[in-house]
Amino acid sequence: MSTENSYYVPEQSKLPIIAATGMGTLAFGAATWVIDGGSPYIFLGGLLIMALVMYRWWSLVIDENMRGLANQQLKQSYVLGMLWFIFSEVMFFAVFFGALFYVRVLVNSWLGGEAAVGWFDDTPTGTAVANNEILWPGYESQWPVMETPDQAANGDAAQFKGPEQNMNFPGWGRILHWLPLWNTVILLTSSVTVHIAHTALKNDNRKKFNTWLGITVALGIIFLFLQAEEYIEAYQHMGLTLETGIYGTTFFLLTGFHGAHVTLGTMMLLIQWLRGLKGHFSHDDQFGFEAASWYWHFVDVVWLGLFIFVYVLA
Amino acid sequence: MAHGPATMADGWIKYASRWLFTTNHKDIGTLYLWFSFAMFILGGAFAMIIRAELFQPGMQLINPEFFNQMTTMHGLVMVFGAIMPAFVGLANWLIPMMIGAPDMALPRMNNLSFWILPFAFAILVSTLFMEGGGPNFGWTFYAPLSTTYAPDTVNYFIFGVHIMGASSIMGSINIIATVMNMRAPGMTYMKMPLFVWTWVITAFLLVAVMPVLAGAVTMMLMDINFGTSFFNAAGGGDPVLFQHVFWFFGHPEVYIIILPAFGVVSQIIPTFSRKPLFGYSSMVYATASIAFMSFIVWAHHMFTVGMPIAGELYFMYATLLIAVPTGVKVFNWITTMYKGSLTFETPMLFSIAFVILFTFGGFTGLMLSIAAADMQYHDTYFVVAHFHYVMVAGAVFSGTAAVYYWLPKWCGKMYNETMGKVQFWIAFIGFNITFMPQHFLGLAGMPRRYADYGLQFADWNMLSSVGAFMYGAAQILFLFNVVRTITHGKPVEDPQVWEGAEGLEWTLPTPAPYHTFETPPEVK
Ligand code: HEM
Ligand SMILES: [Cu+2]
Repeated sequence: MSTENSYYVPEQSKLPIIAATGMGTLAFGAATWVIDGGSPYIFLGGLLIMALVMYRWWSLVIDENMRGLANQQLKQSYVLGMLWFIFSEVMFFAVFFGALFYVRVLVNSWLGGEAAVGWFDDTPTGTAVANNEILWPGYESQWPVMETPDQAANGDAAQFKGPEQNMNFPGWGRILHWLPLWNTVILLTSSVTVHIAHTALKNDNRKKFNTWLGITVALGIIFLFLQAEEYIEAYQHMGLTLETGIYGTTFFLLTGFHGAHVTLGTMMLLIQWLRGLKGHFSHDDQFGFEAASWYWHFVDVVWLGLFIFVYVLA
Repeated sequence: MAHGPATMADGWIKYASRWLFTTNHKDIGTLYLWFSFAMFILGGAFAMIIRAELFQPGMQLINPEFFNQMTTMHGLVMVFGAIMPAFVGLANWLIPMMIGAPDMALPRMNNLSFWILPFAFAILVSTLFMEGGGPNFGWTFYAPLSTTYAPDTVNYFIFGVHIMGASSIMGSINIIATVMNMRAPGMTYMKMPLFVWTWVITAFLLVAVMPVLAGAVTMMLMDINFGTSFFNAAGGGDPVLFQHVFWFFGHPEVYIIILPAFGVVSQIIPTFSRKPLFGYSSMVYATASIAFMSFIVWAHHMFTVGMPIAGELYFMYATLLIAVPTGVKVFNWITTMYKGSLTFETPMLFSIAFVILFTFGGFTGLMLSIAAADMQYHDTYFVVAHFHYVMVAGAVFSGTAAVYYWLPKWCGKMYNETMGKVQFWIAFIGFNITFMPQHFLGLAGMPRRYADYGLQFADWNMLSSVGAFMYGAAQILFLFNVVRTITHGKPVEDPQVWEGAEGLEWTLPTPAPYHTFETPPEVK
């Protein structure tokens, strides 16, 4: 409920319409680009507009805050806005996790002519049996799908061929070479460091804040670096690409979107770090930083889900 | 800050920039409403093309490829361009006034949410003029029709949907923040007008499922352009996965469309019954439980696709269960009218028609949710009839009612009552002539989404087309009436406008000033 007796309603603003133009250009350009033979220029134009407008927009919000125009209530609106935005992101990841579970548990069994939920009832349905015998003869349910149904049925003529290797746990002997484990350690640590930075800021310990936030940003960058390394490895040495059937599909989409979100989160934290160096924030006013750190924790939790369901339980 | 809005008199540059740069919830509400009406006319034109072709068996006017583009674009434009923005427009206009707030919580983002829409729909509609034509795979865009077999322009559709979704998410976050954070002192949750309640619940639904839609189109994008196999069994995926993802969005989406409509009639019926709404708190709980349940019934759209029997049964029973809270609502509306001193102004007529016809559509929904029976009904005109009863007589009628009801408050002028009533009767009769026969067509086995049909379906189809043009004509009258009200309407000064109207928005002067509630009112 409202606690203020007046409220800051901003003046007219040119930023939103420019942002909308940017988004429109971006969307149109992206579609043009992905179609065979399309050029990326419209897309890049849209990106440029968006970058500029976002820079201007955030600067304006920060500036209003510094000038004291944003009262407690407006700040609360920003808090709600950020939390619900994160919720929408949670739902976005939920779709891809849902797709992973559906494909792994149900579809994969049906394609192999098996009952999907064996402990419940282990007689396969007639459809599942026909699926396997008529459409994809020879396919055996497996996860990760190393030999696709297409390959099982059509051999070398198959359009979709499975990967040569997957990202599973390589055994205790090689555990230290297993990048996802390192990445898990890095992200978990970064959640702690960002928390230390937060506590430091609340206690007005600026130096400690700058240091620990700086460390967090560095950890984010290292994570991204390792992730890139993993992708290069997958493409060059493991025969694991987007085109290698459903395993590659779910692997790259889940980790890829996560990586994109880490990139965004790292950028957010980096900006907050730069703001910290400039002397922004005080022990009781630090929303920009807090929002970025919530986002960071969210990205972290998603990674845990990924680590468990994409890498460990495979 | 206290300057008034620019008018034509200030020169067209000032006037245009008012609309482009505005942060005012009333301006943005107006923009949404006009945009929605424009899309309504466009989507209506597509529907007229469809009905003209189906007037007689055989191919007369257009070719089947174009017919497919028309059914697809009609659905997309109506759902995402006409109905949803109409209710966001109403939310913008009304929620701040109803809860005693000066504006929406995040006014600049509000402007952005609106202005994305013209871009999104320009992108979508432009595909009609591109090589390969517009999307032709139905508004539900099932894979592999929308992936393997789609024209290249599907990519424009995908990115159009993406930015449209971004607009919806921002709009809903704004509404949630406004309702949670900006209510006037004393405006507790259980005092909020029902329109506000239904909208905040709708906004939760939107924030939860628009990302799911984004996920669905992203998977399509990857399958089409980057060789992934989400929807391709050859690589280990499954086309049925698409349907699950789509309907996990799609079913809540139909409630996104109808809940604000529930809110509107729950405001209007008490006014013209001169009685408070019967069972306010049960209305709130019913809305919340409908919203919750809408997440767990999606596969009732997929009974014929081949699900395990346990799935068929679960989704059947879960769907039937929604009739309970829906029944509570219908009961409450009727009981509100019971022994009220009723008058039948245009908004009330549309609201009563809403209650009757929506209930009818709910009943056909129950028929469809019986899994065994749906084997016969699925993908026939019976389904088309069902959802037009709930979406047109439901959402569109209530939107029309809302415009007539609040128009005097918005512009300080009264619409022409006779013309409103004439419009109502043409719309009501036209609507039923259009869609009632489609039930019979469906039961007799006429499949939906075909450009041609067997001779045995000729009579009902001809009748249906006649009704459609009648219903279309009613919209022209609507436009005329609204425009004439704004330009020549009889001025109204009474803040309350309607004798029985209750709520904060009716305490404001008529027409509502540009800025309202700059200091919060006290709600007792
Ligand atoms: C008691 C309430 C309702 C029940 C039990 C119900 C049930 C169903 C069922 C089972 C279907 C699938 C039919 C088939 O494809 O074979 C269906 C389709 C549909 N319903 Fe409802 N419904 C209800 C209310 C609504 C409401 C309120 C709306 C929207 C405002 C709505 C919109 C739709 C749409 C758009 C479709 C068709 C989607 C398509 O295939 O294009 N329904 N309904
Ligand atoms: Cu449904």
